[in-house]
Amino acid sequence: MGLTRKIFPHPTLSVLLLLVWVLLVNHLSLGTVVFGAILGVLIPILTAAYWPDRPRSPRPWLLLSYIGVVLWDILVANLQVARIVLFKRNADMAPNWVVVPLELRTPEAITMLAGTITLTPGTVSADLSCDGHALLVHALDAPDPDAVRDEIKNRYERRLKEIFE
Amino acid sequence: MLIEILIALVILNGAVFTLVGSYGLLKLTGPMSRLHAPTKASTLGVGSLLLGSILHAFASGEGSMHEVLVMAFLFVTAPISANFIAKVNLHRLRGRPELPPPPESRDWATYAEK
Repeated sequence: MGLTRKIFPHPTLSVLLLLVWVLLVNHLSLGTVVFGAILGVLIPILTAAYWPDRPRSPRPWLLLSYIGVVLWDILVANLQVARIVLFKRNADMAPNWVVVPLELRTPEAITMLAGTITLTPGTVSADLSCDGHALLVHALDAPDPDAVRDEIKNRYERRLKEIFE
Repeated sequence: MLIEILIALVILNGAVFTLVGSYGLLKLTGPMSRLHAPTKASTLGVGSLLLGSILHAFASGEGSMHEVLVMAFLFVTAPISANFIAKVNLHRLRGRPELPPPPESRDWATYAEK
């Protein structure tokens, strides 16, 4: 365990670096994969000193399924917002501020949650409270802000809590 | 032939969503509402255009997956620029009653006095 931990201080980052390298070169060959693997080993070791309070590695499979859920939601929510923009009169819209109290405490997880909220159309995350325990979110058309808050908490925050904490 | 029709449809779809995004920017009122339109164009619109590019690359025999990276980097950076615009707007709203206060803390981070 000790030695593997030394060579791979950040296994998920290693795999990600390998993947990004192969995609950058845009050509799958043994040479590319080997060089990508070298980068994947070296970069995490060299940068380990800059990650002092890193949370433990997020569970990769849960993370992949989370990305799948978010991509699907982006697709569905895009259609909904396009409909709102095209067919709903401005006067009928109910733009609203939504306060989302956070159970997440890891900065990485909160960053991902805020990013997810912005990427899924209809909501944009605007600010964090001073103590980092609540997110300020703006919703384009939310007659019922509590419903938006509950959906964010149930759909995204719960999953991120499983992944990071 | 069939693949070309598919590529054309995907690109057209991307163009339509980008157009809806720009139209939303014009039509919606208020800076925060307007912010929603461009964040939308950068997801499904650009995603569709990139999918068209991937399909075209594979159809012409030189597979290309660069587009996946473009998408990934876009998804990582787009929320940050949106957040900056939102923060600028928060500064303009300083002291106004529209904003709900945070549940426990004194204030939102943008207004914090150091």
